[in-house]
Amino acid sequence: MTELRDPFARAVAVTGIGAITSLGRGVAENWRRLTAGESGIRRISRFPTEGLRTQIAGCVDFMDVDPVTIPALSRAMAEAVTDEAVAASGIAEDGAIDGDLFLAAPPIEHDWDSRFDLLDTVDPGGGPYARGAGAAGTDETLPWHREFLNGSLADRLAERHGCTGSPITLTTACASGASAIQLGVESIRRGERPAALCIGTDGSINSESLIRFALLSALSTKNDPPEQAAKPFSRNRDGFVMAEGAAALVLEHPGHAKARGAPVLGYILGCGEAADTFHRTRSNPDGGAIIRSMAGAIADAGLTPEDIGYINAHGTGTPENDKMEYLGITEVFGAGRERLAVSSNKSMIGHTLTAAGAVEAVATVQALREGVLPPTINYREPDPNIELDVVPNEARTQTVEFALSNSFGFGGQNVSLVLGAAG
Amino acid sequence: MTDREVCITGYGLLSPLGETPAARWAALDDPAAWRARIDEAATAPFPIHTVGDYELEAQVPRPGDRRAMGPMMQYGAYAAGLALDMAGLKDDADLLQRTHMIVASGGGERDLELDRRILEGASGRDNRDEWITAQMADGLRPTLFLAQLPNLFAGNISIVHKVAGSSRTFMGEEAAGADALRIAHRRLAAGQGDIFLVGAAFAAARPDIQLSYNAGGMLLRGGFADLWSRPDAGICFGAAGAFLVLESRESAAARGVAVRALLRGVESDRTDRRAGDPATTARRQLEKLGIGPVGPETAILSGASGAGAATGITAAERAMLEDLAAGAPVRGTAQAVGHAVEAAFLQNVILAAACVERGEIFAPLSPGAPVEAAGAGPIGRVLVTGWGHVRGEALALVEGAG
Repeated sequence: MTELRDPFARAVAVTGIGAITSLGRGVAENWRRLTAGESGIRRISRFPTEGLRTQIAGCVDFMDVDPVTIPALSRAMAEAVTDEAVAASGIAEDGAIDGDLFLAAPPIEHDWDSRFDLLDTVDPGGGPYARGAGAAGTDETLPWHREFLNGSLADRLAERHGCTGSPITLTTACASGASAIQLGVESIRRGERPAALCIGTDGSINSESLIRFALLSALSTKNDPPEQAAKPFSRNRDGFVMAEGAAALVLEHPGHAKARGAPVLGYILGCGEAADTFHRTRSNPDGGAIIRSMAGAIADAGLTPEDIGYINAHGTGTPENDKMEYLGITEVFGAGRERLAVSSNKSMIGHTLTAAGAVEAVATVQALREGVLPPTINYREPDPNIELDVVPNEARTQTVEFALSNSFGFGGQNVSLVLGAAG
Repeated sequence: MTDREVCITGYGLLSPLGETPAARWAALDDPAAWRARIDEAATAPFPIHTVGDYELEAQVPRPGDRRAMGPMMQYGAYAAGLALDMAGLKDDADLLQRTHMIVASGGGERDLELDRRILEGASGRDNRDEWITAQMADGLRPTLFLAQLPNLFAGNISIVHKVAGSSRTFMGEEAAGADALRIAHRRLAAGQGDIFLVGAAFAAARPDIQLSYNAGGMLLRGGFADLWSRPDAGICFGAAGAFLVLESRESAAARGVAVRALLRGVESDRTDRRAGDPATTARRQLEKLGIGPVGPETAILSGASGAGAATGITAAERAMLEDLAAGAPVRGTAQAVGHAVEAAFLQNVILAAACVERGEIFAPLSPGAPVEAAGAGPIGRVLVTGWGHVRGEALALVEGAG
């Protein structure tokens, strides 16, 4: 039996996008610099890094936030990219969005400064935080509760844009942004609501988070020069570079978008996901979950691997990730990998962690729209064991109809999205 | 296309009430049993409900797996194992490959011993930031701090129990638990998956969380007090691990597994509590669930947190219940199990499944409270409320398998 192939039968339209990375604010500025092959990686100035092996990151230091805390910076970026995406889509011209909100955000914890401030006034109870007689909270300390709840940011975003329903905050580690998009696609396909606001944000570079990832030997230690540290698919790659950023996508049922004459920037055609049960930080050597994720997304889109022209890779630049992603691509695409273009935005903007899936989906939408593939920079020493066209060092003008965007994370998280050009 | 029926084919609950369904039921009818699990000393001045000793090894046999988790993740991995056991999914690699996991987590778990050393040593230092950085660089252990990643809650369950379909972690307090159940229910009803493992866990003795909730003026201080008559700061945390296996009727029938109860619907919304009234939301949710007047055959398990004047929400929920469900037996379960935040709603859905399996409701947990006064006869269905202490209003409907 021949199955009818119609990749647009269950397509979800992208009608608005917004982005912030260390390269700058807004989709246009980011796209200009991504296609110019520029790097946003710099020495960290936010906190002292003496004695740390990694002293570089893709910090977003241009938002109006003081002091910089994880919730404050994550919120400022999320609000800015959401405003940009919603304005571009024109969906909120009536003042509210009839859609769900899915926010990929880092877990909110008190940083050390706020922890000390609070402990000077508020009793944490017995145990390791006990400091003798402390007081109950007051109206003055109430904001320290609200601000540091995991659900507060999504709550505020939903209120700002009049989204209906209960806003969902989620994490699938470094696949979170893609998971937010997948939840939006599923919701629209179920016909519950005609639209969804899918956002990823991550402003969590502080000394503690940097140390934590460094301890896993996950980070590049090539501090000098910073812009050359992220080297996906290179033989001398030595880890990823932590980074901050945010991106938002307005998703809509195509019929809804058409009825209101909205601009369609591209389509999400398929989603795939799989959990790896092998190890907390390593993929199963057989690449099984990565393969299921990519193959699942392509099948969900009603396509075959031959249809895919470009992969926006997870491409972190860790020895392990790039090897396993290549294995997965080889298994799914076979000999067809030779005609694929595969590039990593992380070579320029670093790894925006929770936001990465959303940031890179926006970059993929742009690639399909503009007919330009962003490069993998710092590709000077090809890894002979990774035989891929990585769009080395310079952007390439190339029209692509269908693209795959990969996001993989610690804890066995694997999510892949298939995107299609608006045509 | 009509919605598919959503069945509960397994559940696992680690709670202050004991582990087996029989022990739980006995404890719900015996105030002395759950009162014995209230610990007023461990995190004084804040009393907490504890789960007591349990045999983690039975569900997490490898020592390395146990070491990689803090108490919250251990509760979850344990309860998830119980749920998979009951649903007959354990060790069935083919089915587990198609099992989708959605969990709610309050974040990861910190290395509290390291925090203690830093807090003790940092005071009075001029170069505090540099000193803390050095302490963390020396003191953090990779195996332990991985537990600080909230998605490792689900990740550990994938590793321990081989759940390989997918895993997603929701954060955001009470609403995260309700939304995990809502999304799984909707996906099942619409055919976006056939088997789901949904769960959450909460550790009550968490100074970092207590610090934050006390800053909000939320925590019950001093001795234990009855849920519906607590002072302004009235949340008493309770430890829990709560997991459910949800399955389409077709899937349950095809593999011949017993259906414990039906999950008829889950509604979850956000009310602007400054401008709007959560009771209006509840009324709309009852309509969506197809519920007319709530009579005595419908029991209500309330997830009221106990949060008092800071939010006014416990009193608001009590008023809503007295208005919309005057004839129905209401039980505020936080009285017996404490408030388990992300796990509270799911814990009550599991207790609801037990109620409809037995066709009865346990005795009032707060006997003096008028809201729990309505008499109880045979029970055909249970409504579960989940009004978060600052945000989110949820309602689930559980019915007998028939």
